[in-house]
Amino acid sequence: MSMRAEKPGAKSPKHIALERGMNLLFLLCGIVTVGVVLCISIYLVVAGLPAIVEIGPADFFLGTVWKPTATTVEPSYGILPFILTSVYGTAGAVILGIPIGLLTAIFLAKVAPPKVAGLLRSAVQLLAGIPSVVYGLVGMIVLVPAIQKVFHLASGATLLAAILVLTIMILPSIIQVSETSLRAVPKEYEEASQALGATELETYLRVTLPAAKSGVATAIVLGVGRAIGEAMAIIMVSGNVANMPGLLKSVRFMTTAIASEMSYASVGSLQWQALYSIGLTLFLFIMLINVLLNVFIKNGTGNSGGRRRLGRRKKESGQ
Amino acid sequence: MDSIMDIKDLNLWYGDNQALRGINVTLPRNQITALIGPSGCGKSTFLKTLNRMQDLVQGVKIRGKVLYDGIDIYDPSVDVTWLRKRIGMVFQKANPFPMSIYDNIAYGPRTHGIRGRARLDQIVEQSLRAAAIWDEVKDRLRSSALGLSGGQQQRLCIARALAVEPDILLLDESTSALDPISTGKIEDLAVQLKEKYTVIMVTHNMQQAARISDCCAFFLLGELVEFSSTQDMFSTPKDSRTEDYITGRFG
Repeated sequence: MSMRAEKPGAKSPKHIALERGMNLLFLLCGIVTVGVVLCISIYLVVAGLPAIVEIGPADFFLGTVWKPTATTVEPSYGILPFILTSVYGTAGAVILGIPIGLLTAIFLAKVAPPKVAGLLRSAVQLLAGIPSVVYGLVGMIVLVPAIQKVFHLASGATLLAAILVLTIMILPSIIQVSETSLRAVPKEYEEASQALGATELETYLRVTLPAAKSGVATAIVLGVGRAIGEAMAIIMVSGNVANMPGLLKSVRFMTTAIASEMSYASVGSLQWQALYSIGLTLFLFIMLINVLLNVFIKNGTGNSGGRRRLGRRKKESGQ
Repeated sequence: MDSIMDIKDLNLWYGDNQALRGINVTLPRNQITALIGPSGCGKSTFLKTLNRMQDLVQGVKIRGKVLYDGIDIYDPSVDVTWLRKRIGMVFQKANPFPMSIYDNIAYGPRTHGIRGRARLDQIVEQSLRAAAIWDEVKDRLRSSALGLSGGQQQRLCIARALAVEPDILLLDESTSALDPISTGKIEDLAVQLKEKYTVIMVTHNMQQAARISDCCAFFLLGELVEFSSTQDMFSTPKDSRTEDYITGRFG
């Protein structure tokens, strides 16, 4: 028996306490995530900024020579080669990866017979699960010698090899995310197109794909994010030399510069600090790409639901 | 009466389930033919055999002949793209593409190779006028078709179908999701369209069939029970099953 007479339907105090407790728990979990992101951001700025200031932003970002341990001449800390290599590498992987990924996604979502699609889908999932060091290994053993032979180079460890490895690595995210969004396109659109005499292929390319464009854009963002942040696989196939990038030159990415030099840079030296500055630069790049693509996605979907809903909301608030 | 489609002993199976049984009928040109009958009687199935939208269904089997202007549309040599250009279709649910109004209408002509800007402009205006929606959308051709009301969307779909200059227009319960005013507009439109086009429509609405159709086909359990002029069917049905259905609905 309850101590006091409760109104029928009233929440029990125990229930209320539990609910408050759970709310607090959820809040704490959220705070942990946000806090970690905030900590990393602040730490990167604090650790990365001094070297930029000491070297000078122009010399640091636009300098083309990276020789932090030079002894006979003045050491120089120009990271333009790394920045450009990361940009070229990512752009190359995305340019190759998007068409392949999208066509695969269309094939999986629309064209392939269920058995073939199932098989291919497991293959794509497997591809997503392969550790990046394994990609690097295979690239080193297969791709690098092949490029060396084809182009008659002294070494096949080049930007091209890195782009090819990155392309394969970003395929799973592009395929999986765009397949999901292609499947979500209402069948009615495709019926209407075919009833107008369009072939299946025309329908998929001209109706289904544009209708799924926000999902496809998300897929591209994920691809870009993975490509620009990858270090392990490309350190093994790109030659890791601080050249200005060229397709058939050995190159070093922002990520690989940090990974390869951190182990021997003496703690507290300008080189060591500059590696943090590279980290900060990389971080800013990824932020910038995310923001740009988000803006692009929001504007790009003006013809579908987003803006319509906005319009309706405006109308309602006007009343 | 000038005929446009001749259906001879048409049978259709979905897997093992026979959905159409020995249909024989001749559909008249420049008339509105209404297909009526209870749900699951095969009238929509029949409609979709006329432009081979059945091809999109897995595991469908079709026997018999569907002659359009004397051409057997199920002959392997027939180009489905050509056929669907000649025989347009408007669905139960308005399904404009998530594109601008202009691009919706221009989609069909572009598919069939028309690229010239001036020509497309002309087709878009013509089709929207023919579907009696031009005045409502002429100032917003570049905005999304999804911003239109349901009735407008359905007329847009009719305009889109007309843009490829079809010969026949198939309407698959195209007013069933609309309010009475929009329905009235589309009925008026159908009556106007029959001067240039042949209209074949599936409808659940008996009054609608009586109001606007010239001929009526009554389907039951995959069979075509009766085909006659609308007037005859509603005043003196020949088959008792037709009479039961019609009077049951009204009574």
